[in-house]
Amino acid sequence: MKKPILFGIVGLALLLAVPPFLKNYGIYLFSYWLVFVIANMGLNLTVGYAGQKSLGHAAFFGIGAYSVAILMKAGFSFWLGLPVAAVGCFVIGLGLGFPALRVQTIYLAFATLGFNTAIWLVMRNEEWLTGGTFGINNVGRPGFFGLELDSNLAYYYFVLAMTIVVAALLWGLLRSPWGKAFTALRDNPIRAESLGINIQAYTLLSFAIGAACAGVAGALFASLVQFVEPAPFGVGASIMMYLMVVVGGPGYFFGPLLGSAVGVLLPEWLRFAQAWYLFVFGSAVIVLMLWLPDGLLSIPDRIKARRASREASAARAASAKSLGGAQA
Amino acid sequence: MSAPLLKVTGLKKSYGAIQAVAGVSFEVMPGEIFGVIGPNGSGKTTMFNSVLGQITPDAGRIELNGSDITGLSPLQLNQRGVGRTFQTLQVFGKMTVRDNLIVAAQEHKGSMGSRMFAPSDSGLGPKADALIDQFRIGHVAGKKAGELSYGQQKLVDIAMAFMSEPDLVLLDEPCAGVNPSLVGGISGLLKALNRTRGSGGKHASFIVIEHNMDFVMDLCHRIMVMVEGTVMAIGTPAEIRGNKQVLDAYLGN
Repeated sequence: MKKPILFGIVGLALLLAVPPFLKNYGIYLFSYWLVFVIANMGLNLTVGYAGQKSLGHAAFFGIGAYSVAILMKAGFSFWLGLPVAAVGCFVIGLGLGFPALRVQTIYLAFATLGFNTAIWLVMRNEEWLTGGTFGINNVGRPGFFGLELDSNLAYYYFVLAMTIVVAALLWGLLRSPWGKAFTALRDNPIRAESLGINIQAYTLLSFAIGAACAGVAGALFASLVQFVEPAPFGVGASIMMYLMVVVGGPGYFFGPLLGSAVGVLLPEWLRFAQAWYLFVFGSAVIVLMLWLPDGLLSIPDRIKARRASREASAARAASAKSLGGAQA
Repeated sequence: MSAPLLKVTGLKKSYGAIQAVAGVSFEVMPGEIFGVIGPNGSGKTTMFNSVLGQITPDAGRIELNGSDITGLSPLQLNQRGVGRTFQTLQVFGKMTVRDNLIVAAQEHKGSMGSRMFAPSDSGLGPKADALIDQFRIGHVAGKKAGELSYGQQKLVDIAMAFMSEPDLVLLDEPCAGVNPSLVGGISGLLKALNRTRGSGGKHASFIVIEHNMDFVMDLCHRIMVMVEGTVMAIGTPAEIRGNKQVLDAYLGN
C-alpha cells in the first residue's frame, strides 16, 4: 500500500515542477493529456471497475465541451458551464443507460455507438446551436476567485487541480462500499445479485458517473483549445478513449494516467515517423496487448506473481530434495 | 407444529418436451436442514433455481413465511432473507477473502445513497472476522480469493452465504470436489451455523443438494428424494434409508 502513495507524491511533484520549464506547446500537451485523464478515469469506472462496454464516451466529452462553449458565447460564466456539463452528462447517461443496461455489455456498446453517431450529427448539422462544421470560436478561459487563468501555465494548473479533485472523488467512491459492489458485479454478476447487490442500479450509476467525468473533461477541453468543432467527438475518438483505458490497465486506478499518455503524448513523439505514424502506433498497441492484455499497470502484479511462483517452485524443489534425502 | 418457513406447491418446469420438474411439493420448517437427493437429471437443480428466482416455473406456488415469492428475482429474494451457494465456485477472485465476506452483506446495511459515504467495510469487519475464525481461514483472510486452493475457496464461498444472516440458505453440492477430510469440517460448520446464523441469532433453515450420502444422512433432519422430476419420498434419514422404493431406484444395494 505504501508504494502507490510514494509514486503518487513523486508524480504530483513532477506535474507541479516540470511544466514551467516547458514551452507553450509542451504546456498545452500536458493540459491536453490531463483533460483525457479526467475523461478516461470516468470511462475506467464504467469499463474497468463495473465491466461494461461503452463506445460513446466522446459524445459525453463533446456535450461537455459544447455546453461550456455555447453558454460562454451566450455570456454566461464558465462556472455555470462546468456544472451544467457534469450534471447534463450524468442525466443523459442515466437516460441512455436505463434502456441499454437492461441488456448490458455488448448491447450497451451498440447503444452508445449509435448515441455517439447521433450526437455527432447534431453537432455537425444544427448550425444555429453548434455552429456546424465551423464550430464555435474564441471560447474564453475562466477566472478563479479573481485569478485570471488566461495564460497557458495558469490554465494548466487549473486543469491539474481539477484532475486531483475528480481523482479524489472517484477514489473516495471506490473506497466506499460502492467500489466493492462495482468489482463484485464485474467479476461475477450472478453471484453479486444473489448477495443483494442491485446490479442494474450500480451499472447504470457507474455509466452515468463515467459520463459526468467526460462532461467535466469536455468543459475543460473547450476552454483549453478555445475552439470547439465536431471532429474530436466522433466515434473514432470514443474508440481511442476505450483503447487508452485498456492500454493503461482497466480496473487500475492510475491506469488512465498511463493510457492517456500513450494515446495523447505518444502520437506527438511519433511525429518523426510522419505518414507511418499510425502504422507504428497501431503496431505498438497490438504488441502491447499481446504482451500485456491487462494493460501497463498490470506489470507490477505480473512481477509479483512471477516472484511468488518462483518461490513456490523453489520451496517445492527443497521439499522434494529433503524427501529424497529421507528415502536414501 | 409451527408454520413452515418455505412452502412449495405443485412446482412444474419444462424445457421443450422434457419435463424437468413435474409437480413437486414440499415444506421446510424453521431451523430445519432439508436434504434433496436424487440421480443426475432428476430435477433437483431446476427445482432449486425455481425457488431462487433464477428461472421462472411454469406452474406452482412458492411461499416464504406465508407470502408468495414465486417469480421474484434473486435480488428480491436476497432482500427477503434467502441466501445461496452455487454448485461451482463463485467467489470474487480479485477481492481479498475478507472483502468477499464484507461485500456479501454490505447491501443489507443502509441505503445505496448512504453506502456511498459508509466506511469501506460497512461496519461489517468484526462480523466478517468472526466468520473467518469460525471457518478457520484466518491465515488467508488478506489474500485474494482467486489465489486460494479449491477447498479454501469453497469455504469462503459457503461463508459468504451466511454473512447477511439469511433465514433460508440453499446449498448446491457444498461438498462437490472437496477432499474427504474437509467434508467432515463442512458438516460441522453447517451444523453450527444452523443453530446460530439466522436473522437475530435464530435458527436458520437450509436446503442442501448433495450426492455424498454419508454427509446428507449425517447432516439433514429430513430428506426429499427426487426421481424424474417428481418426489419419490420425504422423510428422516432413517426412514429414507429404510425405504425400499428409494433403495431400488437410487441408493442401490
